[in-house]
Amino acid sequence: MKAGIVSYGGYIPRYRIRPKDIGVVWGADGEAMGRGLNIRAKSVPGPDEDVITISVEAARACMAKVDIDPTEIGAIYVGSESHPYAVKPTATIVAEAIGSAPVLTAADFEFACKAGTAAIQTTMGLTLSKMMKYGLAVGSDTSQGAPGDALEYSASAGGAALLIGIDHAVADISHTVSYTTDTPDFWRREGQRYPSHGGRFTGEPAYFKHVVNCAQLLFKRAGTTAEDYDYAVFHQPNGKFPVRVAKQLGFKEPQIDAGLCVREIGNTYSGAIMVGLCAILDEAESGDRIFAVGYGSGAGSDAFDLTVTDEITKIRRDATPSIKEMIADQVFVDYATYAKYRGKILMREA
Amino acid sequence: MAIPRFWREIQSRYNLIGTKCGSCGKVDFPPRAVCPTCGRRSVGKMQRMRLTGKGTVVTYTVVHDAPAQFEMQKPYVMAIVQMEEGVRLTSQLIDVSPEHVKIGMKVQATFRKLGQEGEAGVIHYGYKFRPTA
Ligand SMILES: [Zn+2]
Repeated sequence: MKAGIVSYGGYIPRYRIRPKDIGVVWGADGEAMGRGLNIRAKSVPGPDEDVITISVEAARACMAKVDIDPTEIGAIYVGSESHPYAVKPTATIVAEAIGSAPVLTAADFEFACKAGTAAIQTTMGLTLSKMMKYGLAVGSDTSQGAPGDALEYSASAGGAALLIGIDHAVADISHTVSYTTDTPDFWRREGQRYPSHGGRFTGEPAYFKHVVNCAQLLFKRAGTTAEDYDYAVFHQPNGKFPVRVAKQLGFKEPQIDAGLCVREIGNTYSGAIMVGLCAILDEAESGDRIFAVGYGSGAGSDAFDLTVTDEITKIRRDATPSIKEMIADQVFVDYATYAKYRGKILMREA
Repeated sequence: MAIPRFWREIQSRYNLIGTKCGSCGKVDFPPRAVCPTCGRRSVGKMQRMRLTGKGTVVTYTVVHDAPAQFEMQKPYVMAIVQMEEGVRLTSQLIDVSPEHVKIGMKVQATFRKLGQEGEAGVIHYGYKFRPTA
């Protein structure tokens, strides 16, 4: 018996800002910064969007593809590092907004950029053990870098929801494995508005060490090599790290292209690998194999070996816009508008 | 808005739950306990009904002088939307600039932040409308 993805849905806000327009404010060469990060633009949430609205839109897109009664969902977990409330769950609002309440369990997860994949694993366990029929795993963020910080060029907004269950999965999850250590590469203390990071320390001892070790554990467990997969998707804090780690693991460019959304929308943190996975599921065919490794600072990786099933032809994949279509539906804003939308302008209390 | 009042309206604000009269079939939003047409004949026959969220712009106005909470969004569009089920409701139109709004435009419900009770207060969520893709 295997757990798998029964349906999926993503959401990306339509506003975008270019690295050039961020750089000009801080006296930096934003274009060069963008090239270095392999990011052409990043998504910006509208003034009335946050992790709750993005999670609800993603969850509704997920449920729109299937004819499943939302009251059959036994658990909703929302992974994010930018939950609008410090205390009061995002997950209860998602549950109410998709009609799953009140007979279910719900909670918010936090593990930097891998809180969403942690929710996938949790719901796999709950459905495999028959505690419930379906679980909904959401990863979504509206992350901010401190103004002028390198992170400001990449931190963006978006999210995805995956319905996890046993029957009629569009993609079976054959294996999952995690790799976790105490590594202080990136953090945000309680009450702090912007995160802090260890600069170059976020590369080798953090992202690369965890992703590579976790990926190799998954290869070993699945008895596979990079050649066995049609698609690969990695956590994508920028457009450079996942390309480099893919190459290191033996993947070729065509395998990672479909899921590398970061180039057009930036780093959606908890949403990143899940949005990438949704973009792959938008175009994948029965029998395709997908290799997915997430990463969250602090630090850890969750890896998944997926096989797309014939069920992919039976759900309504076109019920909502595809990730590609959402990426193409873009409205560019300047830094002043971006600052206004992101609450970076000090206003009189309403 | 007081927390209990908003909390009571969560079902209709999140999921467009209205009522359908079991006597004449008229749909109401927000939900009603008694049908305004049928009166006593509708008592006990009002059924909960979820609107599809699809509608058409009947008329609209562009707000330039916004209340403090909406300063960030001005100019913004408020519209009267006729739902597929026949009922009309007033809501903000988003993801469209004022000059592109047209009467007769097809719209669909989305889920957005409606407002908040200051920086420390509760946040209100509910429907707004955007042009149909
Ligand atoms: Zn009536």
